[in-house]
Amino acid sequence: MIEYLIRRLLFLIPVLLIVSIVAYMVIELPPGDYLTTHIMRLRAAGTHVAEDEIARLTRMFGLDKPPHIRYFLWIWKIVRYGDLGLSFQWNKPVTEVIGERLALTMTISIITLLFSWTIGILIGIYSATHQYSIFDYSFTFLGFIGVSIPSYLLALVIMYFVYSRFGLAVTGLFSPAYADAPWSIHKVLDLLSHIWLPVVIIGTGGTAGIARIMRGTLLDELRKQYVITARAKGLPERRLIFKYPVRIAINPLISSISWLLPSIISGETITSIVLNLPTCGPVLFRALMTQDEYLAGSFILILSSLAIIGALIADLVLAWIDPRIRYEKMEG
Amino acid sequence: MEFEEKAINSTEEKEEKIYLASQWQLIWWKFKRHRLAMVAFFVLIVFYFIAICCEFISPTDPYQRSQFIYAPPQKIRFWDSKSGFSLRPFVYGYKIERDPITFENIYKEDVTAKYKIYFFVRGFEYKLFGLFPTNIHLFGVKDGYIFLFGTDQLGRDMFSRIMYGTRISLSVGLVGVAISFILGLILGGLSGYMGGNIDNIIQRIIDVLISLPTIPLWLAFAAAVPQDWSPLKVYFITTIILSIFGWTTLARTIRGKLLSMREEDFVMAARLCGASTSRIILRHMLPGFASYIIVSLTLAIPNMILGETALSYLGVGLRPPVISWGVLLQDAQDVRTIGLHPWMLYPCIFVVLAVLMFNFLGDGLRDAADPYAR
Repeated sequence: MIEYLIRRLLFLIPVLLIVSIVAYMVIELPPGDYLTTHIMRLRAAGTHVAEDEIARLTRMFGLDKPPHIRYFLWIWKIVRYGDLGLSFQWNKPVTEVIGERLALTMTISIITLLFSWTIGILIGIYSATHQYSIFDYSFTFLGFIGVSIPSYLLALVIMYFVYSRFGLAVTGLFSPAYADAPWSIHKVLDLLSHIWLPVVIIGTGGTAGIARIMRGTLLDELRKQYVITARAKGLPERRLIFKYPVRIAINPLISSISWLLPSIISGETITSIVLNLPTCGPVLFRALMTQDEYLAGSFILILSSLAIIGALIADLVLAWIDPRIRYEKMEG
Repeated sequence: MEFEEKAINSTEEKEEKIYLASQWQLIWWKFKRHRLAMVAFFVLIVFYFIAICCEFISPTDPYQRSQFIYAPPQKIRFWDSKSGFSLRPFVYGYKIERDPITFENIYKEDVTAKYKIYFFVRGFEYKLFGLFPTNIHLFGVKDGYIFLFGTDQLGRDMFSRIMYGTRISLSVGLVGVAISFILGLILGGLSGYMGGNIDNIIQRIIDVLISLPTIPLWLAFAAAVPQDWSPLKVYFITTIILSIFGWTTLARTIRGKLLSMREEDFVMAARLCGASTSRIILRHMLPGFASYIIVSLTLAIPNMILGETALSYLGVGLRPPVISWGVLLQDAQDVRTIGLHPWMLYPCIFVVLAVLMFNFLGDGLRDAADPYAR
């Protein structure tokens, strides 16, 4: 187990390196930079910008050095000081801009993950034990639709229905009274009363996927002989199903985190733009639009790393629970 | 007695037919049994027909503005209170009133203005398939106007715009998948056939790409596309951005199949006969897993469509004057707009329908892909 763990952790290093290069490409790719735009805007507004002031700013942001040097400087600052650079647009360190929003993104992602799992597994169990019943068919059909509707379109449609029924705009995560208030128990409660909607919207696709996998594996498991033996011995049906087949069928689902988590983070990004949630999505979008390069790059870096580390944890948990996988992976 | 013999004969014939059938015939037979997939197949044929001749199906020029701003969809009617039932459908015109407070147009049906709908009407000029200049349209009105899905903020016909959007949105899927296919075939083929370190490196790259959240990355790359590029350039760069993350599953499928097939006897036989590597792959191995490739391709198309829609919706993918479903949805961002003018959400229905149909089709194809499996 420890050998497996070390190998996986070592593998993480090249992966994160690739991710950081991708994120850096995001920073470097757009033609021009924020500083030029900023100075042009200042000049257009009639403010006099002295040449040495420009030179000072250029040096401060490291824009006078070649790209690859800037990459190493960027990485070095992150690794050494946890400094992600400066957001031009907010005129604040990136870490300050990102902090609370990242926490909210993670909260929503984790709750969505749990939601998808719970509902997906329950539906999967029901569908498998009542195969070809009306509910099984309707769940399967709804599942197909759930997989086919992207979260942001679902958000749009729900926004429309709530607006046309109740005249309310379902945006944001907090009531106006709590939006800028410091954190308190009441603010947490307020958050909880708003968070369910984005969770349902983002989680629908994943839930449908989980239910489909759960149904398939559980059906395979229910056909096995030990189930027949247990049934012949007179074990109550409920205990029979939950004691062994369900537990075995849940195992492969743990590895589903490796695709579920990236898709949840993806869905969260775009849904939060549509619903204007105070999470990473809208800020990332605005940063990309205004070429606030360090902010955008940091978001890409952090969101991607989150997905990768989440997948790694899932793999480790799976290896810990299921020794078969542990050995298979060590040999292979 | 005679009857029994006949029965035996017919089952034997049936079996013989199965033995003699080619792989593709078996796949087709199995696919036909999947009802939903068959339905999806025909719906998609209709969709692509619309994509090919969207000018013919649109009654109004999608770029033509009119005085009717945010007009609601007209209902197709067969019944008139004056003249009673008529077999020829018609629509009522609009009566515009102005809201005294918001100054917005309020549309009422004008029962006096009755516009009959005819098939094969002459309308705006276009070139069918980009070749034959004509002005005949599938349906339309001879005088007056027809807005089956209402109009947008410039008074343009939503129905025609959605039909035009079908062309771009569905072709993005095909072009994107074609690019992913080439990437997947080359990299998956290399990985599966060469093995060793090359295989290892390619597999690790795929691992990384699969575990990345796609939408933030798509957004980042699409936002870097210069604003002044021509629509065609933007179209291709968008599909390329979508395919960068789309080829991985396909490469995995191809690699897996190549690996399992490399050890088969017929490959050994071909090698002993002195066939070249490329001949072994293309002539002997490719037909064996072509059906799986088709399944992966079918299931990859909806992702491309959704990706394009998401990017265009946010304004970083395709941009007006190009019309795609995502571009049309750009106008439906504001809650108040869609609350007052819900027909602006109609492109949603088409997106979801197309994706759903591709998923059904892919599901049916997956079951049929291996006709020898039970």
